Amino acid sequence: MRLAFDFRHGVHPPEEKELTRALPIRRMPYPDELVLPLRQHAGKPAKLCVKVGDYVERGDTIATADGFVSVPIHASASGTVTAIEFWPHPDGSYAEAVRIAVDKYAPQLPRPRLVPKWEGLTTEQVVAAVQNAGVVGLGGAAFPTHVKLAPPKEYAVHTLIINGAECEPYLTSDHRTMAEYPDRVLFGIRVMMHAMGVTKCVVGIEKNKPDAIEAMRRAVPKELDVTILPLTVKYPQGAEKMLIQAVTGVEVPSGKLPVTVGVVVQNVGSVAAIAEVFETGLPLIERIVTVTGHGLTKPANLIVPVGTKLRDLIAYCGGVTPDAAEVILGGPMMGVAQANLDAPVVKGTTGVVILAAHETRSATIYPCIHCGRCLDACPVFLNPSHLGDLARVGRHDEMTDAHLADCMLCGSCAYVCPSNIPLAHLFQASKEALRRAQAGTS
Amino acid sequence: MSLATPSKLIVTASPHVKSADSTPKIMWHVVFSLAPVIVSSAWFFGMSALLVIVTATISAQLTERAMGKGGTLADGSAMITGLLLGLTLPAGMPLWMVAIGGAFAIAFGKTVWGGLGQNVFNPALVGRAFLQAAFPVAITTWPTVGGSFMELKGDLFALPFLHPVTNAVTSATPLGLLKFEGTGTALMPLIMGNTGGSVGETAALVILAGGLYLALRQYLNWRIPASILLTVAALSTVLHLVDAKKPDAFFMLFSGGLMLGAVYMATDMVTSPVTNKGKWVFGFGIGVLVVLIRVWGGLPEGVMYAILFMNALTPFINRATQPAVFGSATRIAQ
Repeated sequence: MRLAFDFRHGVHPPEEKELTRALPIRRMPYPDELVLPLRQHAGKPAKLCVKVGDYVERGDTIATADGFVSVPIHASASGTVTAIEFWPHPDGSYAEAVRIAVDKYAPQLPRPRLVPKWEGLTTEQVVAAVQNAGVVGLGGAAFPTHVKLAPPKEYAVHTLIINGAECEPYLTSDHRTMAEYPDRVLFGIRVMMHAMGVTKCVVGIEKNKPDAIEAMRRAVPKELDVTILPLTVKYPQGAEKMLIQAVTGVEVPSGKLPVTVGVVVQNVGSVAAIAEVFETGLPLIERIVTVTGHGLTKPANLIVPVGTKLRDLIAYCGGVTPDAAEVILGGPMMGVAQANLDAPVVKGTTGVVILAAHETRSATIYPCIHCGRCLDACPVFLNPSHLGDLARVGRHDEMTDAHLADCMLCGSCAYVCPSNIPLAHLFQASKEALRRAQAGTS
Repeated sequence: MSLATPSKLIVTASPHVKSADSTPKIMWHVVFSLAPVIVSSAWFFGMSALLVIVTATISAQLTERAMGKGGTLADGSAMITGLLLGLTLPAGMPLWMVAIGGAFAIAFGKTVWGGLGQNVFNPALVGRAFLQAAFPVAITTWPTVGGSFMELKGDLFALPFLHPVTNAVTSATPLGLLKFEGTGTALMPLIMGNTGGSVGETAALVILAGGLYLALRQYLNWRIPASILLTVAALSTVLHLVDAKKPDAFFMLFSGGLMLGAVYMATDMVTSPVTNKGKWVFGFGIGVLVVLIRVWGGLPEGVMYAILFMNALTPFINRATQPAVFGSATRIAQ
């Protein structure tokens, strides 16, 4: 009998969730302009199918999926396409994006559409419907959800795991989704279990969300084998492999997909998005975003149209405090700091965290004193101290031997490092260098 | 007051938040935890002890200032080296020797390797090993414990290279007594610290308390002292049972520099293994070597050489005790 549902190692950053954990989800009004990058998901970017001057209605496809591991992009509001150009992307680059001037007088109602009856659909039909709706993993990685609904035939999937851990500090969007819309989440679970032919489902939720656990437990219908499992509060509990270990006690083999141990993990937000597809027929054009941080005047959990510029989002939340210093898309552990607030909210944006100056990392870096704290923090049992030494002298091939590929860039090592060495950053750069070297030689 | 957007944006790599601990914070906590040890050294050896400690520390600091990269004094590590070196010396040691030891510890124990984090050997012990080789008589001349606080022991202010061999009242350390004269020492003075010895090594309980504080604050990894002390206790118990003339576990644990070494020297993060398994191996090695040197070696005390030897093995221990990666074949097989 397992007493604690947990994984080994990990860290305990301050949760900081009290800023927004009790705030109900509200809808943000449409901004004057939306910017929709064609690359919002892992896999191939979508293919443009509108031109400048076109009038699009809310929910219309503006770019189509390019292959199986890709999803279409839909207009999140009715309006006119004013430009198709390179625009600041939240990952720090510039990417091709469609700019839409929102029609102020449009009712913003989607075109009438057929809502598919999920009970009668085959796996292929559900997969196609989910892909056409542009649903991706809403936990941050934005991996197309439909791909995970159709795992390779050689593996038998026995359990669907729903990721409600939300272990990143500050973020509460999954928490509020489960607490306020448990029936919708359960509906999404039902569709997924039907599509995958799975009879068992476990929803993992960190214990710091008792109201979400309670709401979800009440929503579980008797005939469904859905377990709501409270998990130990620890970062990165929501990392896919950590969550699988906490729920099943099994370690996913290094370099392998979760499906090899018979499980598929989906994020709570993605499940709710799938429910939306089969409830109203609406594609993924808006998402729940936690806008928070000690640098923000009025933190909130908001339904935000995809493509809303950060500038508009922050202004809607009352602006920032005078000591606001860093704007992060995603959580503070793995999110990306923004240099340009014209970058839009994309499908994978879980939250916008605005840190006050005193919370940001110091610029002073000390030498590694080999204290070993990073080894005790690393959830995948690497030696970040050694990897960091190798990274700083560019010995990337040796880093491969030291299992760099197993690093998931969770940042636990850099969080605990007393010398403030940006270990996760070094590893990300090394992975990139290795990837380029490989691309260059082959 | 609120602004539409931040007036200045910081862009850093993730993670964007960090735990409150920093390397200087760890170092300065070690320094503060040594305060009771320094006070007890003054209690037993008076003013002389303080003079030795202060001289070693100032010399280490000046050398760090002169040779280190700029601004490295603030990280507190040179302070620790100086204090620890001072604590391992006898109270009456001529101060010019102490000063040379402090300079050597930083220069050859740390900065020539590349500064903080790069050295293989514990700098304070490098300094002490140098002094032991250069001034074998002065470093084994142990003034008697007690006397008035202001009394200057030994030959503290001897001029460099000119001093006559000290004529102060001296005594022997418990380990020396046992090795060369075959007499034991009562347990109570051993634990409390009113025996002969280096200024900071005799008050075992005070040292343990400092270690406990650091371990609770996680500024020291408890596995190393635990492993050393357990190994020494177990080995000496076995030896004592086989041959009653050999010292028992209590004597071994509370005599000489074992406590100071186990709690403050062996736990130096830079020169000890990073893996937890490696820390157990490291401590075990030190424990075995201490017992070997003390029981069968030519010297009465062996903590310094035991730690320096295991420092040299640390890179190999690290390599041999790498944790098995999550989801690797070895872990799944278990």
